[in-house]
Amino acid sequence: MALVSLRDVSKTYPPSSRNGSPVTAIDHVSLDVEEGDVYGIIGYSGAGKSTLVRLVNSLETVTSGSIQVDGIEVSDLRERELQKLRLGIGMIFQQFNLFSSKSVWKNIAYPLEVARTPKAEIMARVEELLSFVGLTDKAKNYPEQLSGGQKQRVGIARALATSPRILLADEATSALDPETTQEVLALLKRVNEEFGVTIIVITHEMDVIQTLATKVAVMDGGRVVEQGDVFDVFSRPREASSKRFVSTVVRGIPSPTELAVLRERHEGRIVTLSFRDGNTSQGDVFLRLAQAGIAFELVYGGINDIRGQVFGHLTLALRGDPPTIDAALADLATTVEITDLGITGDETGV
Amino acid sequence: MDDLIQLLPKLGQATVETLYIVALSLLFGGIGGLLVGLGLYTTRPGNLYSNRLVYGVINVIVNVFRPIPFIIFLAAAQPLARLVVGTGIGNTAIIFTLSLAATFGISRIVEQNLLTVQPGVIEAARSVGASRVRIIRTVVIPEALGPLLLGYTFVFVAIVDMSAVAGYVGGGGLGTFAIQYGYRQFNPIVTWAAVLVIILIVQAVQFFGNWLARKALRR
Repeated sequence: MALVSLRDVSKTYPPSSRNGSPVTAIDHVSLDVEEGDVYGIIGYSGAGKSTLVRLVNSLETVTSGSIQVDGIEVSDLRERELQKLRLGIGMIFQQFNLFSSKSVWKNIAYPLEVARTPKAEIMARVEELLSFVGLTDKAKNYPEQLSGGQKQRVGIARALATSPRILLADEATSALDPETTQEVLALLKRVNEEFGVTIIVITHEMDVIQTLATKVAVMDGGRVVEQGDVFDVFSRPREASSKRFVSTVVRGIPSPTELAVLRERHEGRIVTLSFRDGNTSQGDVFLRLAQAGIAFELVYGGINDIRGQVFGHLTLALRGDPPTIDAALADLATTVEITDLGITGDETGV
Repeated sequence: MDDLIQLLPKLGQATVETLYIVALSLLFGGIGGLLVGLGLYTTRPGNLYSNRLVYGVINVIVNVFRPIPFIIFLAAAQPLARLVVGTGIGNTAIIFTLSLAATFGISRIVEQNLLTVQPGVIEAARSVGASRVRIIRTVVIPEALGPLLLGYTFVFVAIVDMSAVAGYVGGGGLGTFAIQYGYRQFNPIVTWAAVLVIILIVQAVQFFGNWLARKALRR
């Protein structure tokens, strides 16, 4: 039984003007988030991902379909029961949404006060959380005195205060610079690994998915167009929007314009070798090319590591005796995927 | 000048009366305005108790009563004052009518200031399971406290202004004093003395309000 399970969920907003048509934000989405997952949901703005995550803690209500959290049908709950459910689901936000009138300490204590935790326990828990996010010395400060990264760390501490099993992260790093983003992502990784908190991450940055997620769903126009293990989606994206997202972090097969540039600079036969299985050795491939007496130059591409599994696309310019190259490529084709981009000046190969 | 010195005890009494009228009107009108303002804010479409009908009704009532010039409102609401506080004249009647008028004025100021609270902050409070009443009490009002205090300071000055017509229904205070002993006696120095006292009161309260708001905003 999945911890969070969406079945055929749709969300439609009433038309904004009298003659307008209703807006479908979520269109028949089904997905399962297992306990311990870091589930990434990626899409461009307007793809419906923020609405989707708000359905899980019922900040938004579904129009149709079923959402179960830990086996409980969320849409059946009354306001009071929802409040109890929400104590078990933490949430962090792009704009942090800290209470500006409360100190860091009071911000983190807030969910505990809502949960009517005894004072002594609140004291202990807040201290513990402050030390976890490394802000013990900022307890008395107010949010406006903190940097963006510190604010999000307070947000994380607040979201974890009641020890929820699920954490929803809505574009949690989109307002942060790259370095701070990595800090916050590292912290979220610890939240998942040390406390076993299941995390649902909403983002438009593939980088976030690559660093953090174990599973990913790609959203486009309110629908989930592709979902699965991060490695599978990264190494073999099927849908156009998935491919576009993957191309933001992975250099794949050069596009025609990129190929034209490569051809100007490099001579010889240009081929792309795609390593997709995570177990093909690049060293072995290079060794075999060298042994066949083929001169090669790496002209484009890169190798990626997702949770220890390696994949990538390397584009090489090969020079040597054409029949030898043909033979070597035929040999290599048994272990790696080869895309032959042809010889400079000979476009027929493309 | 001699007249003024003779009138000093009366000026003192008028000052006390103005402070009495204004303080009680601000108290009752402040509470009433806070409640009506919260009603406007919370029932506004998309907010915590989103209810188009209730919002529309409150909105229309406030819009109908707020722009009525106070001196006309004072006369028009006299039967209501008689009904509620038992008299249509004197300080008690003026406090009642002033509180009522202030309620409508303050409700708009409260609504406007509460609307500046970031919706995301309210969402954050909802996401940890806070009830709506708790959110209003522990998030919405504290987050808007600085501007609210400034709004109330502004209203205090407006109430001082409105209280000056108390004389029309037999009430006292600095307005009555200035008209009765200054204007009608062709004694501008007496009028100016009342003006000076009002300036001092307003300055002191504005100063205090700014100080409180600064404390609330920690700036």
